Amino acid sequence: MADLDERRDEYRDFAPAGGSRLVDGLRAYRLIAGMWIRSTMAYRASFAMTVFGNFAGTALDFVAILLMFSRVDELGGYSLGEVAFLYGLSCAAFGLTDLVLGSMDRLGARVRDGTLDTLLVRPAPVLAQVAADRFALRRLGRITQGLLVLGYALVVLDISWTPLKVLLMPVMVVSGAGIFAAVFVAGAAFQFVAQDASQVQNSFTYGGTTLLQYPPTVFAKDLVRGVTFVLPLAFVNWLPALYVLDLPYPLDLPEWVAFLPPLVAVACCALSGVAWRAGLRSYRSTGS
Amino acid sequence: MGTGRLYAAVAAGGFRRYSTYRVATAAGLFTNTVFGVVLAYTYIALWDERPGLGGYDQAQALTYVWLGQGLLSAVAVMGGGFEDEMIERIRTGDIAIDLYRPADLQAWWLAADAGRAAFQLLGRGVVPMAFGGLVFHIALPTDAGTWLAFLVAVWLGVLVSFAIRYLVALSAFWFMDGAGVQQLAVLTGLFFSGMVLPLNVFPGALGELARALPWSALLQAPADVLLGERTGFGLLRTYAFQAAWAVGLLAVGRLVQSAATRRVVVQGG
Amino acid sequence: MDLIHADSHAEVHADDFIHLDRVEKVFDVRKKTGFLRSERREVRAVDSISFTVPRGEMVGYIGPNGAGKSTTIKMLTGILTPSGGRLRVAGIDPSRERTRLAHRIGVVFGQRTTLWWDLPLIDSYRLMHRMYRIPDARYAENLDRCVELLELGALLDVPVRQLSLGQRMRGDIAAALLHDPEVLYLDEPTIGLDVISKAKVREFLRDLNAERGTTVLLTTHDLTDIEQLCQRVMVIDHGRLMYDGPLTGLHEIGESERTLVVDLERELPPIDVELARVVKVEGPRQWLAFPAAESAAPLVARIAAEYPLVDLSVREPDIEAVISRMYAEKATS
Repeated sequence: MADLDERRDEYRDFAPAGGSRLVDGLRAYRLIAGMWIRSTMAYRASFAMTVFGNFAGTALDFVAILLMFSRVDELGGYSLGEVAFLYGLSCAAFGLTDLVLGSMDRLGARVRDGTLDTLLVRPAPVLAQVAADRFALRRLGRITQGLLVLGYALVVLDISWTPLKVLLMPVMVVSGAGIFAAVFVAGAAFQFVAQDASQVQNSFTYGGTTLLQYPPTVFAKDLVRGVTFVLPLAFVNWLPALYVLDLPYPLDLPEWVAFLPPLVAVACCALSGVAWRAGLRSYRSTGS
Repeated sequence: MGTGRLYAAVAAGGFRRYSTYRVATAAGLFTNTVFGVVLAYTYIALWDERPGLGGYDQAQALTYVWLGQGLLSAVAVMGGGFEDEMIERIRTGDIAIDLYRPADLQAWWLAADAGRAAFQLLGRGVVPMAFGGLVFHIALPTDAGTWLAFLVAVWLGVLVSFAIRYLVALSAFWFMDGAGVQQLAVLTGLFFSGMVLPLNVFPGALGELARALPWSALLQAPADVLLGERTGFGLLRTYAFQAAWAVGLLAVGRLVQSAATRRVVVQGG
Repeated sequence: MDLIHADSHAEVHADDFIHLDRVEKVFDVRKKTGFLRSERREVRAVDSISFTVPRGEMVGYIGPNGAGKSTTIKMLTGILTPSGGRLRVAGIDPSRERTRLAHRIGVVFGQRTTLWWDLPLIDSYRLMHRMYRIPDARYAENLDRCVELLELGALLDVPVRQLSLGQRMRGDIAAALLHDPEVLYLDEPTIGLDVISKAKVREFLRDLNAERGTTVLLTTHDLTDIEQLCQRVMVIDHGRLMYDGPLTGLHEIGESERTLVVDLERELPPIDVELARVVKVEGPRQWLAFPAAESAAPLVARIAAEYPLVDLSVREPDIEAVISRMYAEKATS
């Protein structure tokens, strides 16, 4: 029987050189997500139902919009196609984040029941482990229906495409997902302080995506200012999408603002990263 | 202890239990308010475009928005009442213990859920209505009679909601994991209760169907009473509609429960 | 405090695998005093604790609930950051290098499984294999060994939710050992287990320590765990180290009593038997206290010979009782 020191030497050879935290995190994320996928497959009938449920559930918002348009031709000066365009982009971006970070709102529950501690003794970044928690493929349902609605919008709308506008489309979805990711992470960080406050996070995430499904012209100017300058959700779709549609934004902003989403996303993620670290530090110093 | 007192105690326990979740209640109120604001602006745009849509004027439509946010928890459209716990007990097999209790299973959970609903009617209902009233122009009745009639409709709605969710919970006897059925139930509930859009705005046959289904007892019925759309004979008809669904669904619940009980006995607990 | 061994805060030796020097953990606790008012209070969960544990030692860490045991373990594993003092495990500062330390320690939380509820046991082990980057050969060898000694063979393909508490605990212990940790922390490893499972777990830990030289630190409420496993015991109460030394030095354990609960056929006067005294009578049931060091067998035989027995059971002395006795003796001396 080899003695422990000898055994440990083997691990040193095996450990990644340098071992970047990002790479470690992604690897842990992939491993844990894989376990969750297999867990859900243990209940196949239920899984099939939840996939359908997720698709139908997230499509409900669009059904509401369709019902509205069965009674009116325009909402806030926008046609059904234009609203569908906003809706599809908001859903696709949010759906992407929801798929990747969908259970971050359970952090408070993990703090309360003490299971966060079991993550802290693992050789992987906690954020990656929490993010992968309850990873669920059923969340592809939201992305799918968002993209379907977006497809519908692209068919019915007569957009004067330029290369810049074409490029802006995928950039918009990815940056939007980044902005939502920042909200998810910041919301989870807040739960280190207030463990029962997962609903607050939901109101910014789910509430945010619902808000962005409608034209900005529908809302009060102050509300639009708030989601432009304070919590910059407007950069998820409103500002870039209106550039693509050649529609005016209710606030008087220069045109280049439409190209800011990637920068806004990076800045938001950096801020939420700071919040996360602060939250985790406070947890580790207070233990509650 | 008399059975009446037993169930009263269970209900009081349900009330107290939910009243301890203070942060969760506050956070929930925040969410209700955010969604209320978003919804309110879309309704303003909608009624600007079509004044008098569905027989409501804009003030009534806005009242409907905030009433929906206020009742969302009490009538548990999104679930989150007793059924989570009951499903967990079915999953772990602890339900066998409940079946041997001297109390009636359905009545027991109904009492607990009534306690929860009473708390959430106060804790989650008043603030959104007050916020809506302060920030938007809404149309609340001024006479006590309408409010009283409204409260009766709300309680009938809670009863129907319980009956539906009891069936959802019982389904866990057949599906190992209740999440799928629960999700489907929430979905159907959200759509057909009128939480997404008032049912009287639904077009044609879909509207007629939606107004005939039990979920319309949860929000649409109480809302119509509060908005003064149901008085006299119309009010009685609304009550009768709600009560009929409640009695029917509770009866189905008992049938399914006895089938489920047999199942437990066959499996040996 | 004369109970603490004089050498417990010596300078760092190369062999001091775990080293604590006046480690503190202070919490701010908010207590509700009214509907909205609350009071802030400082709680010293761990109050200037110093000790060292050399490689390969097996140490019991005991104390009443809320004494600071879990807080200490959480600091040792890097979950919590100490408020003061110096703490090293294998030369690593746990709170600063949590993930690096994680590769070298194993942790079992008695009441919280880290296994995957809906998946077969083996799947959890495969995750450990990859997450800890365990070399394939090592993984296979360690798994085989754990499976054999913890009798997990028949359980590997069973979903964790279908395992009994004892089976799950054995499964959790195996999961914590696949990456060859140098130290194993166990928080109440035998809580809620039946007698046979307890014995299996203890035997396994003893072997692990003897054969591999794995350092083991365990918290427990069960004195038998300590008696059968640990050469050394630390007693903590109110965040302070009350005793640190060999088990035999904790002489109060020797003087502690076990209780024999006897159910007789009918109500009878208190049982009169050598070595035991009746401490309580309730109808046909009687409680007899006898020295913990004595075997219960002859006592039971004698009672059975003279009295109409229906049922009986033995209750172990608990740690709370030992500690309160410790205090009582200090007060009188």
